Amino acid sequence: MQPCGRPLGGRIVLIMPEKGFSMNMPATKIELETAAPAAVAAPVVALTPKRPPRAETYARMARETAVRVIPPLVVIALLTLVWELVCRRAGSALPPPSKVFNDTKELIFDPFFDHGGIDKGLFWHLSASLQRVALGYSLSAIAGIALGVLVGQSVWAMRGLDPLFQVLRTIPPLAWLPLSLAAFRDGQPSAIFVIFITSIWPIIINTAVGIRNIPQDYRNVAAVVQLNPLEFFAKIMIPAAAPYIFTGLRIGIGLSWLAIVAAEMLIGGVGIGFFIWDAWNSSHISEIILALFDVGIVGFVLDRLIAGLGKVVTRGTAQN
Amino acid sequence: MTAYLKLDHIDKVFTRGAASTEVLKDINLTIEKGEYVSIIGHSGCGKSTLLNIIAGLTGATTGGVLLENREVNSPGPDRAVVFQNHSLLPWLTVYENVRLGVDKVFARTKSRAERDAWVMHNLNLVQMAHARDKRPSEISGGMKQRVGIARALAMEPKVLLLDEPFGALDALTRAHLQDSVMALHQKLCNTILMITHDVDEAVLLSDRIVMMTNGPSARIGEVLEVPLARPRKRLELATNATYLKCRQRVLEFLYERHRFVEAA
Repeated sequence: MQPCGRPLGGRIVLIMPEKGFSMNMPATKIELETAAPAAVAAPVVALTPKRPPRAETYARMARETAVRVIPPLVVIALLTLVWELVCRRAGSALPPPSKVFNDTKELIFDPFFDHGGIDKGLFWHLSASLQRVALGYSLSAIAGIALGVLVGQSVWAMRGLDPLFQVLRTIPPLAWLPLSLAAFRDGQPSAIFVIFITSIWPIIINTAVGIRNIPQDYRNVAAVVQLNPLEFFAKIMIPAAAPYIFTGLRIGIGLSWLAIVAAEMLIGGVGIGFFIWDAWNSSHISEIILALFDVGIVGFVLDRLIAGLGKVVTRGTAQN
Repeated sequence: MTAYLKLDHIDKVFTRGAASTEVLKDINLTIEKGEYVSIIGHSGCGKSTLLNIIAGLTGATTGGVLLENREVNSPGPDRAVVFQNHSLLPWLTVYENVRLGVDKVFARTKSRAERDAWVMHNLNLVQMAHARDKRPSEISGGMKQRVGIARALAMEPKVLLLDEPFGALDALTRAHLQDSVMALHQKLCNTILMITHDVDEAVLLSDRIVMMTNGPSARIGEVLEVPLARPRKRLELATNATYLKCRQRVLEFLYERHRFVEAA
């Protein structure tokens, strides 16, 4: 059985590759040669028929966009209609969309006014909130990635810190606020601290998972090349863990936007959260609705920004 | 000739809790400069563990590895490894993957321009210069392995360690790549240690074949000289008496005297 099967198998391995080998290179070359003249010849002949394909591409793009844009628009229109019908009746607690629009026209079309104090356009409120988020979130991204790397890399750090993280991360953002007000004695740093402490946990945990999941192969490569710890961090660890890190960053930005609105309601001053609270105190329900709408849009944009950034940074890393 | 690479009484015991398994027992081997040595054995016999010990990625329990009479026990570019699954970094281009090692090894001895030229030289050796700006995900398995070889060669290793380098490739690509490795060995006269489980590959490429017994406690069962002149031609060897005899010897060792026992 063996003397029969083996040489046969051997012959197949021995002869076929030679053919494949010698034919492989010329074959691709021939393909290139035949492909090149065709490409040169094609524009001459196909100058007129070239346009329809382009129009077709546009049509296809338009169709794809429509498929994605039309369904949500239909749903929004329907919901607005239902809302209008439900809230139109006299004595309804909430205003219908038409009334919201009429009440807030000024705010919608002039977001940049500034009458001093907290009487400012929505742009200023949103930008104040975004500044707090930017600061708190940047700090938490830096600290979160650093701590995540530590926990992912060292078994002892994980054993010591992980239980602590698991408990701390369940504390609601606003529960931190009184403590941070007591510590900082000022609204601004307290709000930033709340953002920080809210968004850091998913960043730490995801980074740690990413670091722990770095394939042993990459570590071996680094060992053979003798990368020092700093080079290993920059050239292997961060790129390899980047998809995980960005998952954490994305969850983090969402949480920090959640937290800022709540925190600002309590600390006051300029900010979209306080704007909502102020509108409630002056019974401007329409303004609350407009502000909620803005908060949603900004949150969506922030999420997309981080997702897009992640896509750019992790190009090539996700697939192997 | 004196020993270039020497494996001196290597034992390896893996301990997990109270249980310990002896994987390798008393491995002694001397390899001369420019030699091409294959280590063959059934899966699970500790071939890869042995290669990892030589590469310094795993420590030996007792015994040691001597390279030019100096003990080596940590990984380094003087024992560059070509990994079975290529292990290219997916976020770097082909060029950058090779450059990573070159920048480290020749940081002081070569200028930037020289390093760049050296990377391209090595990519040319494996005929991959055309793909320099591609990412690993954009090239085929055989091409990835070529880049892996270029990366290892570019570190100018004293010993090139190949860990089943062709294992994950289809038969045609494998043969093509084997011929390339043979040509490179002929040209550069590297000392090469290759792990394989393919008998034809071992006989075709090697000067000596080290046959390992089955684990646990795998030993070197037999060392076979392959007295075939180089350059070797795959087609001519198919009917060569010496080639067939060597092949027969390895097959007998693997399939008669040390038959693979699944239960073990």
